[in-house]
Amino acid sequence: MGNVEEPARWQRDDDPFGPWPHGPFGHAHRGFGLRRRGSGGPLRRDPADRLAGGVAAGVAAWRGFNVTTVRIVFVLIALIPSGFFVPLYVIGWLLIPAAGEDSSIGSRARHDSRGIALAAGLASLFAFLLFVVGVFNVGWITGYAWPQLITVAGLMLIWRNASPEEKATLRRLAEPLGAAASPAVRRRWSAIRLTIAGLLVIGGAGWLASAHESLALLRPLGAVLMVIAGIVLVLGPWWLRIARDLVLERQARIRAQEREEMATRIHDSVLQTLALIQRRADDPQKVVQLARLQERELRSWLFEGRGLNEADGDMTLAAGVRQIQQDVESRYGVPVEAVTVGDCELDENLNALLAAAREATVNAAKWSGASVISLFAEVEPDSVSLVVRDRGKGFDPSAVPEDRKGLAESVHGRMARRGGTALVTSAEGEGTKVSLKMPVDRSRSGSPS
Amino acid sequence: MTGVPRVVLVDDHGLFRSGVRAELGRQVEVVGEADDVQPAIDLIASVRPDVVLLDVHLPGGGGQAVVQAIKATQPEVRFLALSASDAPEDVIAVIRAGARGYVTKTISTAELADAIQRVAAGDAVFSHRLAGFVLDAFAASADAADGVKPSFDPELDQLTSREREVLRLIAQGYTYKEIARELYISVKTVESHVSSVLRKLQLSSRHQLTRWAAERRLA
Repeated sequence: MGNVEEPARWQRDDDPFGPWPHGPFGHAHRGFGLRRRGSGGPLRRDPADRLAGGVAAGVAAWRGFNVTTVRIVFVLIALIPSGFFVPLYVIGWLLIPAAGEDSSIGSRARHDSRGIALAAGLASLFAFLLFVVGVFNVGWITGYAWPQLITVAGLMLIWRNASPEEKATLRRLAEPLGAAASPAVRRRWSAIRLTIAGLLVIGGAGWLASAHESLALLRPLGAVLMVIAGIVLVLGPWWLRIARDLVLERQARIRAQEREEMATRIHDSVLQTLALIQRRADDPQKVVQLARLQERELRSWLFEGRGLNEADGDMTLAAGVRQIQQDVESRYGVPVEAVTVGDCELDENLNALLAAAREATVNAAKWSGASVISLFAEVEPDSVSLVVRDRGKGFDPSAVPEDRKGLAESVHGRMARRGGTALVTSAEGEGTKVSLKMPVDRSRSGSPS
Repeated sequence: MTGVPRVVLVDDHGLFRSGVRAELGRQVEVVGEADDVQPAIDLIASVRPDVVLLDVHLPGGGGQAVVQAIKATQPEVRFLALSASDAPEDVIAVIRAGARGYVTKTISTAELADAIQRVAAGDAVFSHRLAGFVLDAFAASADAADGVKPSFDPELDQLTSREREVLRLIAQGYTYKEIARELYISVKTVESHVSSVLRKLQLSSRHQLTRWAAERRLA
């Protein structure tokens, strides 16, 4: 507790300027004995836990405060009408290096002359806008807004010089603005646009000037609207350009993510399997099994857009059959040829049907010795049937050994309890066929797709 | 058919072509290979094979482009479609263009050789998967029969119950011989049922077949 108490006192004594007791250049003052408190290091913005710039999280970690408390305090201070805290925050964002980085955004921005020019231009436009708003004499708005000149310029510099992750954050914050603008704009319009804008602004300003003499009440309003329209025309393309930058950058990020996901996926699946196959090269059956498993996984990913292990929220019959197929193939190494005709949602009866089919398939894989098992499911208007068939050694149903009775009973029992039927036909040397049929109440469940 | 069938391989994967060529060995005579639509059309026109083993996916368009081009000039050339994707829309498109059958690329060598022989002899070859597609497609079009312009011959629009049974057994992995025994009919009858299904599949004007295939993504 003393750890928290002490920095608080220390800050009170030495901190007339808010949360940056050492000024923005926190890293220049790391000799101040801060190691006893909080993170023990110099003040760093915390990129891992941030809502905007990570300044609050950085301060919290630095001084050992609760992040939420710091954030609430920040917001409360920001609401103070003079509005000086927001630019202060932005300056902090600019000048405090992020944890794990050597230089602050500000030091990088010093070399970004185009960014500085843009920031200056933007600030001047903003000032112009404020001047227009000032016409309405809404004092508190302008009082609050003038400091935001620094905010706007600072954000511009951050935007141009921040690391990609920080840009993403900034973009997230700016998204509501960007969404309003559409990215389509053509260069050849700019001359026309600027001309119209100039006419509007000059005309509006002239009108404003004349309005003082004529004293007409409505005229200033129209003039102000004209000026605003002019400003929108001037600013519009810039907004659009920013919005387009946002879109392009987002697309690039999505592409990069997809590529990364693809690489991970291929590494996790194909490369691993290939490695396994090389090590098992002397065991043909294992190799075939691995290749089949991989093929199935890749196929379901490429052509059905789902991963092998991704759970289906609402399972359908086809998905259930596929799952049996995959499980049996991977566990017993016997290929399962599955064909599904039609599809429908699963209910309890159909789950029982699938469970019985799984039992029969597993049994075929374990005992029949067949090289392939076929699994056929068909959704008919009033029933769902499932056939599990192998060309294995089969058995004489009249002389069922004890260990296979379990199958017959569990399959028959499962089906009978739900009103279904199970028919097992087998002959020695000719394989086994288990036909399952479950009646469906069509009025209750959905129609087949 | 005398002797081994003369076969052209059309597939954009060289590795796959050489694999198939090596596996089939002397069971067929591979008279040419092509890796895209136009080279395939030129090659087939010049070597006049009995059977073309045709990948459904080719860089310069679907396999059906090859089938359509050759059907116009050399109707005696038969096509067996091969695919790794099992995407029903591709398979149905190639079959409807005129291919005599469809098998997956994971098929065993013996089965592939058998399928080639059968296509060369003028029969249809349905893999278990294609049988599933067809059952599904015709079931779907029977379900959605309302408000659809039927074919001039309504028989084309639905399968008989016998054809359905045969398809079901094919989908379960039965061979023609096993089907014949199961249904107490001759192998010839099984073959004629399958050929008739193929005809319906190619001639039915039910455009749901195509739409079904486009909408459906099978296991």
